[in-house]
Amino acid sequence: MKLKKNIATSEAGFIFNPGTGDSYSSNPVGSEILSHLKEDIDRNEIIDLICTKYDVDKTHFEKDFDDFISQLTDNNLLDG
Amino acid sequence: MVNMEKIRLNDKRNIVIAVTGLNAIDSPGPGVAVIRAIRECADFEARIIGLSYEALEPGIYMHNMVDKTYRLPYPSAGIGPLLDRLRDIQKKENIDLVIPNFDAELFNFIKIAPQLKNMGIHTFLPDLDQFEARHKMELHEFGKKHNLFVPADRLIYQVSELSKAAEELQYPLVVKGKFYDATIAYTSEQAQKAFHQLKSKWGLPIIAQEFINGTEINVAALGNGEGDTVSVVPMRKLYITDKGKAWAGITIDDSSYIELARKFIKATKWRGGCELEIMQTKEGKPYMMEVNPRFPAWIYLTAAAGQNQPASLVKMAMGEKIEPFTTYEVGKIFIRYSWDLITDVSEFQIISGTGEL
Repeated sequence: MKLKKNIATSEAGFIFNPGTGDSYSSNPVGSEILSHLKEDIDRNEIIDLICTKYDVDKTHFEKDFDDFISQLTDNNLLDG
Repeated sequence: MVNMEKIRLNDKRNIVIAVTGLNAIDSPGPGVAVIRAIRECADFEARIIGLSYEALEPGIYMHNMVDKTYRLPYPSAGIGPLLDRLRDIQKKENIDLVIPNFDAELFNFIKIAPQLKNMGIHTFLPDLDQFEARHKMELHEFGKKHNLFVPADRLIYQVSELSKAAEELQYPLVVKGKFYDATIAYTSEQAQKAFHQLKSKWGLPIIAQEFINGTEINVAALGNGEGDTVSVVPMRKLYITDKGKAWAGITIDDSSYIELARKFIKATKWRGGCELEIMQTKEGKPYMMEVNPRFPAWIYLTAAAGQNQPASLVKMAMGEKIEPFTTYEVGKIFIRYSWDLITDVSEFQIISGTGEL
C-alpha cells in the first residue's frame, strides 16, 4: 500500500496533490500513517506499529484506518 | 520625427513597450500583470507606455509601472483612428513593441501590424486566419478538425432562437458574449435575460454553449509562430468569482494540459500569448471551452513560477530566438486582492482633458 510518488506531505499533516492542485490536512496520527505509506509498508504492519505505539483498541483502530485509506483512495492519492 | 538612438547601458538593451489592458473593474485586464512580468526581467530595460481607453484605468496612475500613458480611440472606431493616434504617439515615444491585451482590440492591431512595422513598432501576434479560427464562434469546428474535446454550441442572433438551442443542448445552458462574459442559465427566462444583457454590451451573435461540469483549469501558453511552444503553465482555479474569473489559482503538474497546449500551438502555428480555458470532467476528458488570443490577467503567475511569458514575448518580438522552457514551479499560488490606489483630481483632469499622463 503506497502513497503516489508525486504526493507531497509535511510533518504537520499537510497533503498536496500537484497534479490537481488539491490539498488536504490530516491529524498527527494521519500524518504518521502517511509516512508509513510512503515507505510502502502494508496494512497489517502499519496497524501493528500504531497500536504498539499508542494506547488504542486494535479493532477500533482498524476501522478508523480503513476509513482513512478509503478517503485517500477516493481522493486518488494512493498507487494502484 | 525624433530619432532616438538606442543606448546600451551596462550591456542592457533599452526597449520602449506599449501595453494596453490597464483596467481593473470587476476583473483586471492583463496589462498591469504583463508590465509587472516585463519589469522583472533583468535582460533589458523597459520604458512602458500605457495605452488606455478610459481615464479611470488604474494602470495609468501606477507611475512605478507605467512611465507615460496615452488614450486610444475605442476599438469600434476602427483601424483608421487607431493608426493615426499611434502615429502621433510614435513621433514622441519611438515605441519598439506594442502588446495589446484586449480581445476587442486585437482584430484592429492584427490588421495594422504591417503599418506599425513600417513605423518601427513590432508586434508579436497571430495572423488573422489563426485569430478567427479559434474565435468562440468557430471553436466547435476548430475542435472537430483537430480532435479536441469542445462543447457543442449554437450561434444566436435572435432571442427566439434560444429555445431551440436549449432543446438541443439542454439546461443548464452557458450563454456567452462575443468577446467577454458568460452566464449559466437554468431556465429560459434566465437565458433570455442573459441574451439581452450580452447583446447590449458586446453585440451579436451570442453563443449558447453546452454546460460541461468539471474542474476549471486555465493554461497560459506562448507560441513562436513556427508551431513550437515556448512556454506552458497550467493553473487550477482555487477561487472563482460570480463572473467565473479566477481570484486565486495554483500551478499544477499535469502533462495532459501541457500536451493539449502544444497540440493547439502546433496545429495553429500560434504566434504570441494565449490562454486555453479547459474544463476537466470527472471522466478525465479535457474540454476546451475557449481560447483567448492574448495573455490572461493572471499571467504574472508564469513569471513567478519560472517561465516569464511576457518577457519572453518581448525578446522574440525583438528578434531573439528563445529555447522552450522545460520546467516551472508547481504549487505556486496567486491570490488576487483589491488595493485602493490614491491619486489626485489634477492627474485625472490631465488624462481626461489631454489624453496623456
